[in-house]
Amino acid sequence: MADDHGDTAGSTAAGKDVEQHGAPAHSAGTAVVATDEVPNPGFPPHRPRVTDLDPKVDKQQERRVSTMFLLSIVGSVLAVVAYFVFPIEPGNMQSVRNNTLFLGLGITLGLLGIGIGAVHWSKALMQGHDLVEQRHGTRGSEETRAKAVEVFTLGNKDSGFGRRTLLRRSLIGALVVTPLPAIVLFRDLAPADNPVTLLKHTFWEEGMRLTRDPSGTPIKASDLTIGSAFQVIPEGLNDSEHRIEEKAKASVLLVRLKPEDLEVSEGREDWNYDGIVAYSKICTHVGCPVALYEQQTHHLLCPCHQSQFDIKREAAVIFGPAKRPLPQLPITVDSEGYLIAKSDFTEPIGPSFWERKL
Amino acid sequence: MTTTPTQDAQPKTRGQRFTGAAANYIDERTSISGLVKEVGRKIFPDHWSFMLGEVALYSFIVILLSGTFLTFFFEASMVEVHYEGSYAPLKGIEMSAAMASTLDISFDIRGGLLMRQIHHWAALLFVASIGLHMLRVYFTGAFRKPREINWFIGFVLFVLAMAEGFTGYSLPDDLLSGNGLRIIDGMVKGIPVIGTWISYLLFGGEFPGVDIVSRLYILHIMLLPAIIIAAIGIHMLLLVINKHTQFAGPGRTNDNVVGSPVMPGFAAKAGGFFFIIFGVITLIASTFSINPVWVYGPYDPSPVSAGTQPDWYIGFADGALRLVPPGWETEWFGFTWSFNIIAPLVILGLFIAIVAFYPFIEAWVTGDKREHHIADRPRNAPTRTAIGAAGVTFYAVLWAAASSDLIATHFKLSIEGVIHSCQALLIFGPIIAYFITKRVCLGLQKKDREIALHGYESGRIVRLPHGEYIEVHEQLDDYELWKLVSYEDYKPLMVRPDAQGRITIGQRLRASVSRWFFEDRIAPVSQKEIEQSKDEHH
Repeated sequence: MADDHGDTAGSTAAGKDVEQHGAPAHSAGTAVVATDEVPNPGFPPHRPRVTDLDPKVDKQQERRVSTMFLLSIVGSVLAVVAYFVFPIEPGNMQSVRNNTLFLGLGITLGLLGIGIGAVHWSKALMQGHDLVEQRHGTRGSEETRAKAVEVFTLGNKDSGFGRRTLLRRSLIGALVVTPLPAIVLFRDLAPADNPVTLLKHTFWEEGMRLTRDPSGTPIKASDLTIGSAFQVIPEGLNDSEHRIEEKAKASVLLVRLKPEDLEVSEGREDWNYDGIVAYSKICTHVGCPVALYEQQTHHLLCPCHQSQFDIKREAAVIFGPAKRPLPQLPITVDSEGYLIAKSDFTEPIGPSFWERKL
Repeated sequence: MTTTPTQDAQPKTRGQRFTGAAANYIDERTSISGLVKEVGRKIFPDHWSFMLGEVALYSFIVILLSGTFLTFFFEASMVEVHYEGSYAPLKGIEMSAAMASTLDISFDIRGGLLMRQIHHWAALLFVASIGLHMLRVYFTGAFRKPREINWFIGFVLFVLAMAEGFTGYSLPDDLLSGNGLRIIDGMVKGIPVIGTWISYLLFGGEFPGVDIVSRLYILHIMLLPAIIIAAIGIHMLLLVINKHTQFAGPGRTNDNVVGSPVMPGFAAKAGGFFFIIFGVITLIASTFSINPVWVYGPYDPSPVSAGTQPDWYIGFADGALRLVPPGWETEWFGFTWSFNIIAPLVILGLFIAIVAFYPFIEAWVTGDKREHHIADRPRNAPTRTAIGAAGVTFYAVLWAAASSDLIATHFKLSIEGVIHSCQALLIFGPIIAYFITKRVCLGLQKKDREIALHGYESGRIVRLPHGEYIEVHEQLDDYELWKLVSYEDYKPLMVRPDAQGRITIGQRLRASVSRWFFEDRIAPVSQKEIEQSKDEHH
């Protein structure tokens, strides 16, 4: 319980051990136990506030506090009024703004009135000087601790938990095994398929047309000028059952460069069509869309973690945390001059995963 | 104080009779008078920094209130719908029910946008205030015995708060949050052995699937809040049991606690403070827009806006991903090892593990088994303060790195330059911060010592009879002096052989860490020194 100070003030110095009810003194470790410390001067004299001395000021502060509370009532009423006076008119953004603003300001006043009033009441009018409460060691008293030990001793004796080892061990075994069904139950969080197989294929197939994202209209090779870039999705993706999941893997960026600017590695000679190349848009770092194409340098930049890929060098990584180049989609044109895929990607697209190379 | 019960003699008013009867009714059924007696006049010390934890608590209550309102309207489903609400630019667009209902809350429900913004701003404040509260507790050493466990619980709360934040802002299924989930998916897939399967199970199939919003929703509104409320309960209970720390001051000792009692002063102040926090959050929410999902549009795996930023408290993790040097991925035994993911995860894991276990580490170093209820001034624990500054710097660099692209565009720098600078700063920044902070602390301690012994410069210049000018130094009064001289002092551990005459490796390690901690130390001024210096001055 709190005491008025004065009687207990400064009885012990800071840093001393808390009184422990007969418990052993605790080691101070490597602390230097001072022998000649400056004594605690005790509490400074209490300085009364102006409200303690002058009844007029006291009355004035009281009026101030109640004014705050009254303002709060006004604010809450205004909020209710604002709810009806500033309705939301469909399609009118200004009405949404007004509704939010005036409703919010009313509620704000309602809350701040109470808050500021209460704090001011506490600071200016409530009992002003500090009180003192003694601390006691957190540790239970020796007697309590002995009782607690006794409880466990009796419990152990009555149940034989310590003595009957077979019983104890089998119980522990059972408790360890019993959550296993719960873990197994989570298997059906996802469908039965193997994620590794799924991750290795995309929506792209041989002969599938490249179409614009999001309209789905096919693209002719002649639509692309040098340096232009298209966001591409496979034909039919918009009608597929898992549109977003497929798009998350099949998004492609289509760029046309001068054929002589492309560095083409062995085996990929026929993957581009007259300088038109298609690369997966999904970053090989953690899967953000590599959406920023810089026309002058033919660099692709991932806006999430700033990996950069060089289209001229088969989307090799030139900067950032990604390791692998963006996978290339082999393309050609069909008889009508529309760009088509020669096959699916030849490697898994997107972020790396453990079984990627298996 | 006179507490003679005089009012008993007078006849009671109706209100008093009713209050008495009601109190009696409840007490005879709950024994609540015991609790009131124990807690009602409990003393809480006062210092502005003690309110940071209160801010966290109150903003959490605001989150609960505003969040409950939102659940009445939000539809946690990824079913594709055509938006038919009143926000014209997105009319007819295909989106998930989650996104559509978020737009409805914002544009078709009066006060809905206000509530969304209150919820979001309160969440930002919640995490920020927990962070600042942790810094306060750290730098004042308030985590020392008997409060180590409460530090750990507070740490768990910090992590849970970030988890709540992330699950929350993923719910609207807009472009920004979808890309956030995409990054989480990519990170999870990079975890060795189990990553692919964890991602597959988490998303209920391939990313993004149709389950993640409803799964995050149940975590966000039930499981995580339940754990947070339980943890706050234990946190508060331990606070009451341990009683609050206080700063050193005249009359304040390790054995007492000085301040205002719960009833009425502290209750009025704290209760009023709750309303102020709520009011300020509402004011911000009604005047500043936050997370305008309608600008981003529904999630689509193909587009992304440049300069995308996560909520501030996720920034340090995003920054860690950005700072990995190129090429950190390899194949061993046919498996793919994504060190560009593993390294940030491990480093961040180590960082937060050090934060979580710091009190136990320091207790091991000092070997001090006593209870500590006087909060340290940061300067009086130079090494701890310096370690803290190093940690803050480390976090700050990661955090800044999450905005590397914005820093580059804003200050017209190259992105490569910004990343390389951040990489260098991540390693050297904490080291520099450590040494500067330690020196500053020691310098301040020396200054305190100087002032305690020789007084402070009064600014009064006096000409002596022989013509010399001196500035008069005034002595501190006893109360001010006490604040400067009362602190704990530790010395490095000396290695001594144990009973078998051996020096264990543990001992050696502890001694070297102890030397690192306490080699540079300024001892507190003793009474003898004060007297000596007084003699010199007179």
